[in-house]
Amino acid sequence: MDWTALRLSLELAGWTALLLLPLGTWIARELAWRRIAGKAWLEALVALPLVLPPTVLGYYLLTAFGGASWLGQAYQSVAGRPLAFSFEGLLLASIVFNLPFAVQPMQRAFEAIPHDVREAAWVSGLSRWSTFRRVELPLAWPGIVSSLVLTVAHTVGEFGVVLMMGGNIPGETRTISIAIYDRVQAFDEHAAGTMSAMLLAFSLVAIGIVYALSDQRRRS
Amino acid sequence: MSDGLHARLEQEAPIPLAAELHCAPGELAALVGPSGSGKTTILRCIAGLHRPRAGEVRCNGALWYDGSVDLPPQRRSVGLVFQSYALFPHLSALGNVMLAAGHVAPGQREAKGRALLELVNLAGLEERRPAQLSGGQQQRVALARALARDPEALLLDEPFAAVDRVTRRKLQRELALLRERVRIPIVLVTHDLDEARLLADSMTILHHGKTLQRGAPEEILARPCSAEVARLLDLGNLFEAVVREQRPESNRTLLEWAGFTLEAKHAPGFSPGESVSWVVAPEYVILHRRDRPSQGERENPVRGVVQECVSMGETTSVSIRVAAQQSIAMNIATHHARRNQLAAGMEATVTLLAEGIHIMQRDGAQRGHAARA
Repeated sequence: MDWTALRLSLELAGWTALLLLPLGTWIARELAWRRIAGKAWLEALVALPLVLPPTVLGYYLLTAFGGASWLGQAYQSVAGRPLAFSFEGLLLASIVFNLPFAVQPMQRAFEAIPHDVREAAWVSGLSRWSTFRRVELPLAWPGIVSSLVLTVAHTVGEFGVVLMMGGNIPGETRTISIAIYDRVQAFDEHAAGTMSAMLLAFSLVAIGIVYALSDQRRRS
Repeated sequence: MSDGLHARLEQEAPIPLAAELHCAPGELAALVGPSGSGKTTILRCIAGLHRPRAGEVRCNGALWYDGSVDLPPQRRSVGLVFQSYALFPHLSALGNVMLAAGHVAPGQREAKGRALLELVNLAGLEERRPAQLSGGQQQRVALARALARDPEALLLDEPFAAVDRVTRRKLQRELALLRERVRIPIVLVTHDLDEARLLADSMTILHHGKTLQRGAPEEILARPCSAEVARLLDLGNLFEAVVREQRPESNRTLLEWAGFTLEAKHAPGFSPGESVSWVVAPEYVILHRRDRPSQGERENPVRGVVQECVSMGETTSVSIRVAAQQSIAMNIATHHARRNQLAAGMEATVTLLAEGIHIMQRDGAQRGHAARA
């Protein structure tokens, strides 16, 4: 059992969910309510990681974060080390490939809030921020929790993009899914089996939470 | 002019508006018009949820909108009851009301919420969520929430549309009682004329976003300013005629209609030879008795053939064809119809009381804008 890899996976998942909470909420709200020209294409862009092969996504992220890119160079000059094959690079990649998992359930949740309920809040004297905090968030929370659970589960289970972006550096970029692959390659079937069983249980619980929440929302 | 609510709104799209509305404190003004006439848009403009192209909205002297100033809904002291009620589904009845009482000290919000729910007869249901309340109860919560801000104007968007008839009567009565306790301008949007007549002090008739007439409901119903208004009010007995003569000295205007010369109450401003519309309310149409002379039978006697005679409980609706496409409708007591053995096909004579004949401009004729009845 590779505890370092497990801890790294959980850290990556935690940070991804934490950063995607405000970012995803913002994108989901804009997509749900704002009239934007070319909205369908923006939605397609957000959904792209769902259909793109992880290798393709990984390749472009690697190019974007690599030493030749402005992002890679800017990071190198500030942090003093390359962005690619680092935990931070992996986190950025994780945010990108989790975008659809975070945004889509939240968008559906915001879309389900009737427009006149928000208007009623404004007419009741609530500022835009109070309306968000007191009306929109409580109504959208099952969708938001679903988003976060899916993000965490997906991050812990992601393999292709992580391998392309982060490689297999213990303590830095070797997540649990990479560790399983690594153990299988080394014929360590016992460790691979233990970690696989753990991931299976983890994913089942996560998906179970999502379905339970959506069931609760349907009934309310 | 500074007291109460004053709105003048103009825009071309999405719904054309050329509307004016005044509502004094304690007054209930009804906005009446068919679907799509811009009633709800006017309320939304007053509440700050929709921005017209031009115009002005003032309440108790405070400027809410004038093209350059456009206060957001949060800064307009207004309570709005949505047609769908738009209650916060995750909060109890009390929570809904308390959330709108943000201007009150936190320690006093609950007391205020409970008092308002009691005012709308919902004491005991404070902890229920909207989904656990009936349509009428939800409407009451929406009303209490609208009042929680201590608004300077109350706007009601078809508040009784989604409830059954019995509940509607009950809620209408409660609104009439509430007016005694809340002395602010109240604007009621409705397409139900009876509702407007029952509750409103003044009525504004709207069509395609344009104010056609403003005045007391009974005034407008008795004296619509145009054939268009008469038609919107669903007034029967609307005809076209030609002015034959003006006799101001005897308070009469003479009309030529379907081969008859009718004496009508003097209507100044129309010249002999001019085409006009006229209307007579059914209560001013008197059926002559066949067996003996009837009261006032020499006043505008009109002879025709009974076209339809439909008994509906205690009243019978009778339609008498006077000429092609010209039928006069009236309601008489069913026993009266029986005594006269009234039936389709028989000849009958009616008197049109001159006092009840109202002359107005024909469709398409331009004669000033938004005449006040």
